[in-house]
Amino acid sequence: MAAILKVEQLSMQYTSGQRQLSVLQDINISIEEGETVAITGPSGSGKTTLMGLCAALDNPTSGQITLLGTVVNPLTEDQRAILRNKHIGFIFQNFQLLPSLTALENVMLPLELQGIKGAEAEAERLLERVGLKDRMTHYPTQLSGGEQQRVALARAFINKPKILFADEPTGNLDGDTGATVESLMFDLNKDYGTTLIIVTHNPDLASRTGRIIKLRSGHIVSDLKNDPATAIN
Amino acid sequence: MSNFSFLIQTAYRDSRKNRSKLVLFMSSIVLGVAALVAINSFNYNLRNEIDKEAATLLGADLAASGNRPAEAGILRVLDSLPAERAREMEMLSMAYIPKTDESQFVRLKALEGNFPFYGKIKAEPAEAATTFRSGPFALVDRGLMLQHGLQSGDSIRIGKMMFMIQGKLDGSVGSVGMASAVAPAIYINLTSLDSTGLVQPGSLINYAYYYKVPEGFNIEKWKKDRKSLFKSDQLRVETVESRKENLNKAFSFLNYFLNLVAIVALLLGCIGVASSVMIYVRSKTNSIALLRCLGMKPMDAFLVYFIQIVALGLIGVIMGVLTGVLIQSALPVILKDFIPVTVNNALSPKAISEGFFLGISVTTLFALLPLVSIRNISPLRTLRVETEASSGAFDYLKTGILVIIGIVLIGFLWLLTSSFLTSLAFVAGIIVSYLILSGLSSLIITMLRKSIPSNAGFVTRQGLSNLFRPDNQTQTIMVTIGMGTAVLTTLMILQSLLLNNVSMMDAGKQPNMILYGIETNQMDDLKKLTLASGLPVIQEVPVVTMKIDGWKGRTKAQWLADSLMTAERWAVNREARVSYRDTISDDEKLVSGKLRKYNNEGDSIFVSLGTTFADAMDAEIGDEIVFNVQGTRIVTYVGSLREIEFRNLSTRFFIIFPTGVLEKAPQFQVVVTKTPDNSTMSKYRTEVVKAFPNVSVVDLTTILQSVNDILKKVSFVIRFMAIFSLLTGMIVLISSLLLSKYQRLKESILLRTIGATRSQIIKINATEYAFLGFLSAGTGVFIAVLSSFLVTKFQLKLDYQIAWWPVVGIIVGIVTITVVIGMLNSRDIVSSPPLEVLRKEGS
Repeated sequence: MAAILKVEQLSMQYTSGQRQLSVLQDINISIEEGETVAITGPSGSGKTTLMGLCAALDNPTSGQITLLGTVVNPLTEDQRAILRNKHIGFIFQNFQLLPSLTALENVMLPLELQGIKGAEAEAERLLERVGLKDRMTHYPTQLSGGEQQRVALARAFINKPKILFADEPTGNLDGDTGATVESLMFDLNKDYGTTLIIVTHNPDLASRTGRIIKLRSGHIVSDLKNDPATAIN
Repeated sequence: MSNFSFLIQTAYRDSRKNRSKLVLFMSSIVLGVAALVAINSFNYNLRNEIDKEAATLLGADLAASGNRPAEAGILRVLDSLPAERAREMEMLSMAYIPKTDESQFVRLKALEGNFPFYGKIKAEPAEAATTFRSGPFALVDRGLMLQHGLQSGDSIRIGKMMFMIQGKLDGSVGSVGMASAVAPAIYINLTSLDSTGLVQPGSLINYAYYYKVPEGFNIEKWKKDRKSLFKSDQLRVETVESRKENLNKAFSFLNYFLNLVAIVALLLGCIGVASSVMIYVRSKTNSIALLRCLGMKPMDAFLVYFIQIVALGLIGVIMGVLTGVLIQSALPVILKDFIPVTVNNALSPKAISEGFFLGISVTTLFALLPLVSIRNISPLRTLRVETEASSGAFDYLKTGILVIIGIVLIGFLWLLTSSFLTSLAFVAGIIVSYLILSGLSSLIITMLRKSIPSNAGFVTRQGLSNLFRPDNQTQTIMVTIGMGTAVLTTLMILQSLLLNNVSMMDAGKQPNMILYGIETNQMDDLKKLTLASGLPVIQEVPVVTMKIDGWKGRTKAQWLADSLMTAERWAVNREARVSYRDTISDDEKLVSGKLRKYNNEGDSIFVSLGTTFADAMDAEIGDEIVFNVQGTRIVTYVGSLREIEFRNLSTRFFIIFPTGVLEKAPQFQVVVTKTPDNSTMSKYRTEVVKAFPNVSVVDLTTILQSVNDILKKVSFVIRFMAIFSLLTGMIVLISSLLLSKYQRLKESILLRTIGATRSQIIKINATEYAFLGFLSAGTGVFIAVLSSFLVTKFQLKLDYQIAWWPVVGIIVGIVTITVVIGMLNSRDIVSSPPLEVLRKEGS
């Protein structure tokens, strides 16, 4: 199977005052289409930075990222925006819904950005799929945390992304709600055949993926295949 | 651009829950544009009215006036006009009102002929404007009649003659309401004037000659052909065209002032716009980052917010135009005392379109300053990563926008004032004022930040620290409220300072009453009356009127024909009122030469000149000056120069002759006295006017009252304008409080969660607002004290004193308003349960 994401010799440094802060060093990863991958590690290990770089949200200090066969580094911000909009889905720990849009409008947004007609019907279908048929016209502040994350899930899948990045998707939810969202995410992932990359602290969530990459102090310390069938649900 | 209709839709959706937050942003625009439209509409209507009414303002096709009768030669030329003629003599005098046994200082206008030929004298009843001309009748200022309870049919005595009042005078031709604050007008007919006995040698009279030419007669050409003739005399010859020109010149200052106020109001509004948009954009940072994350291009993200701001700005500008049109109808009423025409409140398409286009462009440009930072918001913000790159690099785009703002403003002002340099100076002045205010605010904030005492209570420290929280608007609020406070306080200080200086004239043994126009044979009786009233005769001064015939060996005519003449025309042409004595008075200081006596007939006559007059004449010690004393030429030499102080109410003379020269010349006397109180002053004045009708009395109370009336009217107008600035400041305050509410909310909730009581939160907020109000008002007052000090010392050359209580009152007032507005805005932060608030406000 072809690699949907290829990271080569990747390093990332930030300048903090007078000091150079090395967040990632010499990272090499190759992820194939349809894979489910968990990136884990302690706080400050560089997980989120790595995800941001892989999702074309930022430029590395050095190294190369190839996403869907396209080298991301030389792309302009507009070209990256188009790439994200057409092929990438996002789920965030703090849901990141636009407070001024209803649940339905939030879900429609990625398709509307592409200028696709009929976004509303697709968004309604997806909201129904995540169990929010009756909450479509509600604003984020009128929804519980679990409901907000389900809206975010619907939004993430509406553009049928090739690759989905999830940043601690259950980090802000209680156990039961988190489990519901988790199941929905994996079900949708399966239905849409999406490549899934999850950044998480949660070992249970990580164990439901097919591959676990562990980071420590900006280095990959392990990159192991995992059998999700053995995961405790 | 991906899809413009989608961007509009997103902009609409995004603004849906925030529109109320942006209402105040719109209010800033509304105020600024309203001021601009109102003021410019008034300006254009005023100019139109002056153009339209010029003939009515002059009342004739040609008017010649001066402070002595026109010379026979000139009068012959004027009378050669194929025209209908009228004549007017105007003087200040006393009137005695038998009904109340009171006297009043008045402006007497004695008329002959059918003047005004254009327009009319406004009177009630209307026919009174005609009937007063037919006998010993008077048309009396409405205010004066009201003050003394007079009715048509009552009597009023002017000089030695009693007049029957025919009606109330509501406005004379070409005069402004302000004039009646000094002395109310009374019209009589010219033939009755002689019988009053007021016209004597030395009386201060303005003579006017009016002409109405037949239609088709080119009066401009006629005047132009005789230009040199009119130039050589002190007669001022005006036609409708020249009056129009003069009026437009006179009002150009008012125009500049009003334009300045309008532009300042608009710019203050724009500061409000920029600061509210900045905070709005910051509150939207996460949404923008998410939109970017989901694939929106940077330019499209910028457009989503740009569309919102432009749409709301457009609504604000339209509302501003409508408000401006409403305010404009009030301006003619407020300014009526300053203008000689009735300005209508017609809609001015020019002012409206200017207000609209300038409002929309300046609002958009000022909003662009914070909006362009949207392009720097990284999509990475969605991932908890703090990546705000504040590179500190030079931002060419923002600088470009600032330059465009400058160009637009200069261009607009250029359009208004027709002078590029003035526009440039205008904009530079505004920038400098802003820089001074914001520099001063910044300095105060820095000093305060460093000096928060660590041992101050928690509430005080927390309240003060709030002034420096991220996204604070402390400096913007200080600048806007400070500017309004500075204008208001400067006015107040200057007004009370001028009044104090006038009332200081009354202090101690300084004289407070002058009686003039006394005939020599009345002197003994008048002195007796004065002493019998228990008042001192501080000075008795003879006055002789004369003209200058020549100086430094050349005649006046030769000098006037010389384009290199260094003397000033006012000094050369004036009818001089001269006294004679051999001593220096208390108000004078000899700065050069000495007072030389005239001992024997045939001796040289040495006069003493005031330094101001000597400078105007370009005269030095030893120079020859030839005077014409009612037909007799007297050759004199400058013997000394005196510096004259004008602080006290007293007689002052630019020219003093030695004794022994003028004693036999026709003259009148002046007596100076001091009354202990107002009632004595009023009683004495009435007795003098009854016994000596030709004598005029000027007293300090009248002067003080007139100065006060004038200052009140002037300052009311300026205050009205300063209110715009203060209102804008308050709107910036409210909008910044509203927009930073979530931040305050989070802090308050945290504080309440960890155990702060409701009253502690209230105190913290009140402390913050009180300091904010105090710092803003304090900055304004500081600038006001400084500017009024500079004006007083260097412009007015007076002693500087401040009545501090009103200043303290202004500070307390502004602090109170700030605290009240602040507390009203944050009442739900303190009154609702933390969770409820968080759920409602948070996202």
